[in-house]
Amino acid sequence: MNRNLIFGGALSAIFIAAALISFVWTPYTYTGMNIPDRLLPPGGAHLLGTDHFGRDILSLIMVGARTSIAVALVAVGIGISLGVPLGLWAAARRGSLVDEIIMRGNDLVFAFPSLVIAILITAVFGAGAINAIIAIGIFNIPVFARITRGAALSLWEREFILAARVAGKSAARISFEHILPNVTNLLIVQGTIQFSLGILAEAGLSYVGLGAQPPTPSWGRMLADAQTMVSIAPHMALMPGFAIILTVLGLNLMGDGLRDYLDPRLRVARA
Amino acid sequence: MNLLSLNNLSLSIHNFQILKGVTFDIAAGEIVAVTGESGSGKSMTALAAMQLLPQGAETTGHITLGDQDLTTLTESQLCGIRGNEIGMVFQEPMTALNPVKTIGNQVAETILLHERTSKAEAGKRAAETLTRVGLPQDRFPLSRFPHELSGGQRQRVVIAMAIARHPRLLIADEPTTALDVTTQAQILDLLTRLAREDGMGLMMITHDLAVVADMADRIIVMRNGEVVEQGETKTLLREMHHPYTRMLFAASSHKVTLPESRATGPLLEVKGVCRDYRTPRTTFFGQPGHFRAVNNVSFTLNRGERLGLVGESGCGKSTLTRALLGLEQVQKGTITLAGEPVFTGNKPNLAVRRHMQVVFQDPFGSFNPRHRVARQITEPFHLLDDPPTGAARQKAIDEALTAVGLKPSDANKYVHEFSGGQRQRIAIARALIIRPDLILFDEAVSALDVSVRAQILDLLVDLCAAYDLSYLFISHDLSVVRTITDRVLVMKSGEIVEQGATEDVFTAPQHPYTKTLIEAAPVLPEIQGLTA
Amino acid sequence: MLRYSLKRLLSLVISLAVASLVIFAVIEVAPGDPASFMLGMNAQPETLAALRSELGLDVSKPERYLAWIGGMLTGDFGTSYTYRTPVAEMVTQRLWVSLPLALYALTLSTLIAFPAGIYAAARRGRAGDIGVMGATQLGVAVPNFWFAMMLVLLFAIKLRWFSAGGFAGWQDGPWPALRSLTLPAVALALPQAAILARVMRSALLDVLGEDFIRTARAKGLTARQALWRHGLRNAMIPVLTIIGLQFSFLLAGGIIIEQVFYLPGLGRLIFQSISARDLIVVESVTMLLVFAVIFVNFAVDLAYAAVDPRLRART
Repeated sequence: MNRNLIFGGALSAIFIAAALISFVWTPYTYTGMNIPDRLLPPGGAHLLGTDHFGRDILSLIMVGARTSIAVALVAVGIGISLGVPLGLWAAARRGSLVDEIIMRGNDLVFAFPSLVIAILITAVFGAGAINAIIAIGIFNIPVFARITRGAALSLWEREFILAARVAGKSAARISFEHILPNVTNLLIVQGTIQFSLGILAEAGLSYVGLGAQPPTPSWGRMLADAQTMVSIAPHMALMPGFAIILTVLGLNLMGDGLRDYLDPRLRVARA
Repeated sequence: MNLLSLNNLSLSIHNFQILKGVTFDIAAGEIVAVTGESGSGKSMTALAAMQLLPQGAETTGHITLGDQDLTTLTESQLCGIRGNEIGMVFQEPMTALNPVKTIGNQVAETILLHERTSKAEAGKRAAETLTRVGLPQDRFPLSRFPHELSGGQRQRVVIAMAIARHPRLLIADEPTTALDVTTQAQILDLLTRLAREDGMGLMMITHDLAVVADMADRIIVMRNGEVVEQGETKTLLREMHHPYTRMLFAASSHKVTLPESRATGPLLEVKGVCRDYRTPRTTFFGQPGHFRAVNNVSFTLNRGERLGLVGESGCGKSTLTRALLGLEQVQKGTITLAGEPVFTGNKPNLAVRRHMQVVFQDPFGSFNPRHRVARQITEPFHLLDDPPTGAARQKAIDEALTAVGLKPSDANKYVHEFSGGQRQRIAIARALIIRPDLILFDEAVSALDVSVRAQILDLLVDLCAAYDLSYLFISHDLSVVRTITDRVLVMKSGEIVEQGATEDVFTAPQHPYTKTLIEAAPVLPEIQGLTA
Repeated sequence: MLRYSLKRLLSLVISLAVASLVIFAVIEVAPGDPASFMLGMNAQPETLAALRSELGLDVSKPERYLAWIGGMLTGDFGTSYTYRTPVAEMVTQRLWVSLPLALYALTLSTLIAFPAGIYAAARRGRAGDIGVMGATQLGVAVPNFWFAMMLVLLFAIKLRWFSAGGFAGWQDGPWPALRSLTLPAVALALPQAAILARVMRSALLDVLGEDFIRTARAKGLTARQALWRHGLRNAMIPVLTIIGLQFSFLLAGGIIIEQVFYLPGLGRLIFQSISARDLIVVESVTMLLVFAVIFVNFAVDLAYAAVDPRLRART
């Protein structure tokens, strides 16, 4: 175990725990407006202060974690479940027309940054958390397709794959039996990174009103609310900002830590 | 006066001991070979002499060049010595040159680093040096990039970079290991000539004793970071005090006696096979070109016969192997095993494949690192309609592992728990487990140390006796093919240029290319009374 | 080199064609008729028909697609449904904010990332490296719009060095304009610089592990000389890829940052158009953004060939 993994894992665990706990308990009800208590600074009865409606910011952050984590997690899920098979397929048929089409398609999706996809979807279907998930998810597909194909290509050159072909196994079977297990580590690491990018993207989309809609709390929307108040109540911007930064930092550190931990070359060196 | 002296040199990297009290000298103009198997510390000795050690390396003892102790010099003083007084040539010419700079630029850099001279003058000297190493300007102008040259040519560029300043000492770390046998001979000649002409000391690091015996004045034998024996080449070869030295030489010239071949009818028949690859289009809208990797190859392998296939890299032997296995479709000709085609329609014929297995070169890449040995070696069962299960499967695993000299209990281990030689045994077990009629050995012993190689060759002989094997042994290593096959094919540029009984071909080659190959291959002098 | 460029160019054209089809198709799926939306519920059928024909909505879909693409190619981006002004005019105006902002941010990001990445690689494992890597780890985690708010809080509200938002325009020379773009550019650039610095460092470390660096050291180059003369150019391929990708992130990220600083750029135009259901503007601006991204990647491909002679020779 290394420090990155422990520290990053702990940070991520705190926010995932906060999101889960919010289902059964929050310090205050997050919908409860309480105008007399508005804009209270951190400390006292409201640990992280209150917003312009007098809502408890800690409660909002806990519930907001739910939205962020759910959106990012499902988006990564979309990316993996579509991108990995595409990458495996392209690698199995390397050099063929299928490969070419998949890779060109990937490039094309890369030309639509997730924000642009979100804009298009919103323009057509209106804003909402589902659209944020789709927008971020679509952008994740080529990321996973590319990384899977790249790793799979070098594996296809290895002799144990040749041995499996000599044993008469089909390309599909080899892909799932030999290639996939050997790219899993890479996918776990990339998945962690995409998860953190998803949280950043969700916050951005919600901030500009393309993501979760009121009354669903989300970190990005809290920041949008905070913007006009930033000079009189900076804690309204600081607290959700710290939540985002610490979660993303935690996930990134965990990704780095996992990479070191799962890399067999490094493990041999340590042994 | 010694040029280079290593005195009681010890080295450890992150507290892992690599070298233990290494002591030897190299005189000016002397060619000294440092030899040993992998893990002997020979390459690290070379890097220590260059003071180019990896991070975390700690040395004790002294390395003296002339009257300077290199271990006491500062980094900037060392930079003044590297390339200037000591040049170095590395093993892998394909990656030793910067791909984005011209060869002229890279050779001139050595000169510009150590002299105050104009770029034009350095370029002129670079051209002279390149000509000297056999790359004349009319064919290899300074403006060439490394990717435009072959491996042997790139190695010449590396040598030119190393000798451009006429250093007193040249260190060559396995300079020919990555090269073909004919190229190897030329590079060895070049290195010898340069050392003799310039009176330059040459430290030659190599695992290949045949190379050593031919060119070195003195030999230093290393094992596990220690010098076990050193001496004048002739004396050392005659006396060989240390048992390890004896073992090493015996293993290098290891000969086996195959059981009598009981060749019956034809097993594998190859008729007029051609295999083309598409090359990139030469014009934007033009048709893609074709490259014929295998051209009109015909031969027969009889049941019970041990056939060899030799040739240099790029001659088409790997392509032919894939075609024989039915992994790729051929453009012309037929390949049949016991009368059945290996490839039917657009698919490999799996009914035929179950009678054929293969052992690859790389003992590290041949196995899925995530599976246990039992799962790895039973993979060919996939070819059977009715693969054994339960106790029968266990029995097959035990038998296969026992046959290759491993224990049945090894079945539950992962491959990273085994050494290179043991992995190659596992690969053979995988090939044997479905009792194929034919096994292809594709450079199967090329990546192994000589002592391990000798053991694997012995194993093959045992298996021949026990199982009446028929195999095709594909290798670039002539000495191995000579001892382990009954008949041999010689391949060049996609064609079989000669075939015949192995001893006949080696003693009286007919084709000029076969003659060149056999002449170029370095051979160990006959040494009496050696047994491995 | 020519063939390589032509091949890339062909791939650029195909990408653009497919991208335009995708955008057109998505917008076509949009429910509701822009003409009836514009005229409200009680419009006369004749007025509606007239407007439909004015907006070019009365022809078949393939014809509309061709008209749209043909217009884009000749600089005619259609007419805004809400403002009834040519989209091209609106876009040009906004481009003078968004494009300089993206370029400004890209320049800043590169200027920060290169030295930081090279420094960290050269001091691998030492305090300097750990410090730089820690800073980039934090930089990657910071959302740029939040960072922008913090910059506003510090430099505009507390210190009053910059204005909190708005755009000074180019009419008084470049300085007032650049001044009002500085905080947005910094907000955009720093998180990107953190990513780029990490890529620069790891690309350099990969190259420094190559055999030819050892060859260079054997010639007598110091570690630093080997890094600068042999390492840097070989490390440029992954770095160029990321710079290309970053340009698209900066353009897109700019859309959000423009919201923080109330900049009259493409981003604000898009959000106004979405709320007004002015789909022709959304369509054309999206196409423009996608064009920019694809074009920059084409430029990056050409830059590869300039860096790597093997690409010049091949294909």
